[in-house]
Amino acid sequence: MTDGTEHELILKVENLTVDIPVAAGMLHPVQAVSFEVRRGETLCIVGESGCGKSLTSLSIMNLLPSTAIRTATHLALDGEELQNVSENRMADIRGDKMAMIFQEPMTSLNPSYTIGNQLEEALLRHRKVSKSEARDRAVYLLEKVGITAARSRLTQYPHQLSGGLRQRVMIAMALMCGPEMIIADEPTTALDVTIQAQILHLLADLQKEFNMGMILITHDLGVVSRIADRVAVMYAGQVVETGTAKQVFENPTHPYTQGLLECIPIPGKTERGAHLGSIPGIVPSLVGDLPGCHFADRCRYAADRCRTGEITLRDSFDPGHVYRCVLQPDECAAHLKKGAA
Amino acid sequence: MAETDKDGQDIVLEARDVTRTFMISAGFLRGKRPLHAVNGVNLKVPRGEVLGLVGESGCGKSTMAKMLLGLLPPSSGELFVDNVPTSRMERLEMARKVQPIFQDPYSSLNPRKTIGDIIALPVRVQGNADETALRRQVEEIMELVGLPRRLYRNYPNQLSGGQRQRVAVARALINKPEVVICDEPTSALDVSVQSQILNLLQDLRAELNLTYIVISHNLAVVEHMATRVAVMYLGRLVEVAETDRLFENPQHPYTKALLDSVLTPDPNLGVPDSSLGVTYPNPVDPPSGCTFHPRCADCMDHCSQSAPRTIATETGYVECHLYDDNQGRGRAAS
Repeated sequence: MTDGTEHELILKVENLTVDIPVAAGMLHPVQAVSFEVRRGETLCIVGESGCGKSLTSLSIMNLLPSTAIRTATHLALDGEELQNVSENRMADIRGDKMAMIFQEPMTSLNPSYTIGNQLEEALLRHRKVSKSEARDRAVYLLEKVGITAARSRLTQYPHQLSGGLRQRVMIAMALMCGPEMIIADEPTTALDVTIQAQILHLLADLQKEFNMGMILITHDLGVVSRIADRVAVMYAGQVVETGTAKQVFENPTHPYTQGLLECIPIPGKTERGAHLGSIPGIVPSLVGDLPGCHFADRCRYAADRCRTGEITLRDSFDPGHVYRCVLQPDECAAHLKKGAA
Repeated sequence: MAETDKDGQDIVLEARDVTRTFMISAGFLRGKRPLHAVNGVNLKVPRGEVLGLVGESGCGKSTMAKMLLGLLPPSSGELFVDNVPTSRMERLEMARKVQPIFQDPYSSLNPRKTIGDIIALPVRVQGNADETALRRQVEEIMELVGLPRRLYRNYPNQLSGGQRQRVAVARALINKPEVVICDEPTSALDVSVQSQILNLLQDLRAELNLTYIVISHNLAVVEHMATRVAVMYLGRLVEVAETDRLFENPQHPYTKALLDSVLTPDPNLGVPDSSLGVTYPNPVDPPSGCTFHPRCADCMDHCSQSAPRTIATETGYVECHLYDDNQGRGRAAS
């Protein structure tokens, strides 16, 4: 999906770590996560509940709970280091250069303000525009996201719209100031499959049109494979595998990625009624230090060497495809073939 | 019970022209208007079958499930369980034969009851509660669904999502029901847990000769589980077919559009451009003729005027003018 147009770096995240003090000690929900997003590129962060994917996105927006401690070697948007900027400057960036689309369109719109009010707010806050200019922009974007009779929608309240329409309003709202970076946290999880396809299509189109960088957070591997340029698979606070969508889906290297792909039924591929693959066990607690590989307790290939020291990211077959495991790439691939047989 | 229909099939669940209408307020002083949530559904489910019921939100899937569970009487038409009309069945008898598994194991288990109590409740309700025998029965079913016995005295909040859903499965099965209605059984669960629950449901079906109705918007799950699939749109079943036929050769334009929206993990494909441009119609004010015609890619002139007839196909039926030889283009042969 990467065409040869522009590939200017827009977001650089290096060793992003989030620590939250809890009663039992220190919780480490995000541990040294690094990635880069370029203009016009979509990075999908995929993982199960509690893997740290949502906290990663919230920490980029600086919307973490007040007790959380965020550290990083780099957290830069369009060259501007975000770690030490004032809250005022961050509020200027949020909704302007960088915007977020939340998961639940039912709960993330304010029920007591009209759609128009909520759409115009961001533009009036960030730009010197008149009320009518803001309204025109809102109408333009509502039409852009495929809402008919856009002008009459402005006076409606969120409860008067269906789930699909509300999610479109959320997308329009994120685009109001023409952001350079957009973070979408499970944007289609609450929607029907038919609406999901439409919304994803819309997001991909708009992203190319406005040449934005996009981070899409989801647990749905189908969505990831279709929309991502690059994929980061997260498990228990760490990125365990990253690469292009093609690399990760065609040559999944980390045992967790392999396991995930075996878990989902695929029409035409998995045999009907046959047993699906499964990953036994549960996600480890992230309170306190966890030595070795976080996935070791659930991994079929775990050995003693997996449980000590720190397992670092290493190169798989192709450049840009890295994974966090003690096994060699060809050992992983051999396992995958054996699993499939 | 061993009564069979003309094909020699043992029909465990049957719906004959079932309709459920709700009266919806149209606004202050405007009176009420009917909403046909389920509108003339005919269905036969043979014993041992897994019927997948798919459709968008608001198509009437959940109303159908509630009627099958006896929680809601049909406005007209009749439902049969084991060839006995449900209108003549006692509430408890119905509960013994048909049991639900709900979507969200976080809200469907009482947080103030222990796991043992939750699983035992259906037996206690039936009134034959010998406590020692019951304890043994609960432990057996816990073992069957893969729950460790030590969880007997635990509370739901001490369990993981997958374990909670296993509790819901155990509770549904303890009375040895004939039919289990699974309403989105895995959509609240993580991928790795989802596969465990699907595997468990498959094993239990074979072991206990259960009949499932699987309601889901995840077509990949339906394809994997179901032997037959019914596609619902605005309260009607617009296509019913065996799973293979439906996925390989969908007939109804709506089925085709639904299947096109399925996102299989394939990085070589982009996001499909679903042809279903117009939003889901308001069920209080359904479109004329074929209710699907405003969204249909193959819409013809008379589609907005007359409702399509039910046309038999190889393994089920379809309701669409395209396949009606008298009016359509006679494409049924394809």
